[in-house]
Amino acid sequence: MGPIGKLLVQRISLGLLLLFLVSIVIFAGTIILPGDVAQQILGQSATPEALANLRAELGVDQPPLERYFEWLGGIVQGDLGTSLASGQSINEIVGRRFANTLFLAGCAAIVAVPFAIFLGLLAVRYQERWPDKMISASTLTTISMPEFVIGYILMFILGVQLRWFSPTAVGFRPDADFFTRLEAIAIPVIVLTLVVLAHMMRMTRAAILNVMQSAYIETAELKGLSSFTVIRKHAFPNAISPVVNVVMLNLAYLVVGVVVVEVVFVYPGMGQFLVDAVTKRDIPVVQACGMIFAAIYIGLNLIADVVSIIANPRLRHPK
Amino acid sequence: MSKELDFYAARVAKGLITRREFTGKAMALGLSATAASTLLGSAVKAAGPQSGGTLRIGAQGGSSSDSLDPALAASFVPTQVNLLWGEPLVSLSDDGGLEGRVAESWEGSADATVWTFKVRQGITFSNGQSVTAADIAATIERHAGEESQSGALGLLRDVKDVRAEGDSAIITLNNANADLPFYLQDYHIVIQPNGGKDDPTAAIGTGPYILKDHEMGVRFVFEKNPNYWGDYGYAGTIELLVINDNTARVAALQSGQVDIIDRVPPRTAGLVGRAPNINVHSEPSAGHYVFIMHCNAAPFDNVDMRLALKHGINRQEMVDKILFGYGSVGNDTPINSAYPFYTEFEQREYDPDKAKFHFDKSGFDGTVLLRTSDNSFPGAPDAAALFQQSLGAAGIPMEIKREPNDGYWSEVWNAQPFCTSYWGGRPVQDQMFSTAYLSSADWNDTRFFNEQFDQLLIAARGELDTAKRTQMYADMGTILRDEGGLICPMFNDFIDASSDKLAGWVSGVPGFGFMNNSAPMRMWVTS
Repeated sequence: MGPIGKLLVQRISLGLLLLFLVSIVIFAGTIILPGDVAQQILGQSATPEALANLRAELGVDQPPLERYFEWLGGIVQGDLGTSLASGQSINEIVGRRFANTLFLAGCAAIVAVPFAIFLGLLAVRYQERWPDKMISASTLTTISMPEFVIGYILMFILGVQLRWFSPTAVGFRPDADFFTRLEAIAIPVIVLTLVVLAHMMRMTRAAILNVMQSAYIETAELKGLSSFTVIRKHAFPNAISPVVNVVMLNLAYLVVGVVVVEVVFVYPGMGQFLVDAVTKRDIPVVQACGMIFAAIYIGLNLIADVVSIIANPRLRHPK
Repeated sequence: MSKELDFYAARVAKGLITRREFTGKAMALGLSATAASTLLGSAVKAAGPQSGGTLRIGAQGGSSSDSLDPALAASFVPTQVNLLWGEPLVSLSDDGGLEGRVAESWEGSADATVWTFKVRQGITFSNGQSVTAADIAATIERHAGEESQSGALGLLRDVKDVRAEGDSAIITLNNANADLPFYLQDYHIVIQPNGGKDDPTAAIGTGPYILKDHEMGVRFVFEKNPNYWGDYGYAGTIELLVINDNTARVAALQSGQVDIIDRVPPRTAGLVGRAPNINVHSEPSAGHYVFIMHCNAAPFDNVDMRLALKHGINRQEMVDKILFGYGSVGNDTPINSAYPFYTEFEQREYDPDKAKFHFDKSGFDGTVLLRTSDNSFPGAPDAAALFQQSLGAAGIPMEIKREPNDGYWSEVWNAQPFCTSYWGGRPVQDQMFSTAYLSSADWNDTRFFNEQFDQLLIAARGELDTAKRTQMYADMGTILRDEGGLICPMFNDFIDASSDKLAGWVSGVPGFGFMNNSAPMRMWVTS
């Protein structure tokens, strides 16, 4: 096994270890939530018998350690458990919801990532001149505003006043044709793009500027290459590692952090589902969502690590 | 002039001129825009309902953890969904009385302890099965049973026995209750095949629509039930979309994504109604926003102290600034004209001199402590500040303590002696008084223990003479108003809004908002 293989195995096992630790935190967190689960479900009018019956039914009368391993065993085998509120299998509901979230996050990523990198390159090209300053100022403005504020503003302007797009995502159906689905999520995609743009753009700009100080860039310039070609062919490949890192971080944010946007635009994804579950103290659903979100975060960061390792020539060509 | 207007109104109804043109013409003839709109409403109604089309509802109060079991409905969306595919025995009529749904007729024994409900002949469930008295009996049994988790269990606690006899279901009570039929219009008690004992979430009932497709907390699609026995249900398809966010719901209506929404926030209702194609429907309700004092805790255990605070609140100011005009003033009882046996009292006004007189008489010379939170009712902290001001003018010092939303209903309400809160209405006085003002009530949140009041309440339940009953409730109202711990400054309106694609809104329907959940069945899509 080469050094790359070794590093990969190391990273993946570290990721799994981290996921295991997260599962302990999630389980412990839901256990110390105030109020007994059965009490939350049955409410004030619960009789002691009904409480005891429900506790036995839910298995919460067993010691926490035993319950934890039972739960973990299920997760490892891909069984997320059963929702307390609806009695349905969590796999089934989450599967549908998660697909919706991925669709929204995916569309936002397809728009946001190339756009952010392009803006970053543009900012480097016109460094310290008005296009650079304008790009920085506008993206930093949109990242500084809470998502729901941008959401409401765009909903009002693009949805209600100009009527370009649907103001809410209520028209979204998983079974509708692609164009209808895109139209329904147009404004949420714009909002998400505005939110993640600045971070990726600034990182691209900083990483490339860093590389631009190097001697080989000077050489390229002396060769007479146009400044944009210098950036594209010589500077960018060497700045990939930090850029990929920040792109992955933002992709993870797009999947995990869309809760507010989903709730505001009434999009049937994981966010709204998680909020409903927390309100009703539907613990197995909260745990399942927590694990999925954690897995996404860890997984995407793992990919970022791997890509930066592979992009590093010193690791690819060991002496 | 009126003939000319009638002519134009008829033309709008036929679609020959637009609403806007009509309003212009009516205003040229000297009418206000509001009057023109009212006139138009009746003209369109006269043109008659149209069948077909799709009616799209944007509704708050839905969650992915909701259930289709009517016993568990606790918010707007599940309630509305259940009342589209199912029906209770009876429902409130527009005049505040009752009309039969699954029950064709009903009558009580002379002592109001035995009630007989006759099943409507020839009606079927949406699965084709005939509705029998046994189904009715089984439904009551399920909701009143020992393992019941039904929201209607409290209403049915007094049910001793229920049985089917021929085409009638016979309910026997432990104690007399002249209001039992009113209890049975409750939205939980939807009649299901075998009472829903086999599958409570099957969504099979006798309602005007059939549930075709649903995703909990997201959307519900209904189609007209071709075998529905009644007149209601004009739209061919109803689509109910859950939009919990206030801004998104209003935007969906404004842009035409939905045709009707519930719960328009009072703060923005005026703005929403300014759009030419949107009608805001503000309907008086029995819901009220309150300040509650414990009658058994110092300093509120002194009746003069309670009167001082009641005289020291400016009710009209609350309606104007907290409800933005979408409501009416209260009179320190939980009852208003929405109730069937209502008697009007002299309105208690803001009177700093009287407030000061009673405050001095009470002998209390400290500061009154009021607890409030954002979720006790919309605008509660602002209302508390207004109260503080108006009391200050009477020389009564009040301190406001802002409590966190989380835990307010367990730590503050019904626990601390003076706080802000709200109540939804009930269809009849007995239910409201029994819930919160009887000495032994489940939620006696004013700690009101009055023997005379209790006796009157129990006696009124068995009293079938309407005039006598009305007098009894009036007497109870007087006792509550002068001695009780409730300061009720305002009754809030229900505010819904629809686009002018829909017609048929009826004003003044008693019960809950959305025309007591009948708007989707009673409104139609105009072509």
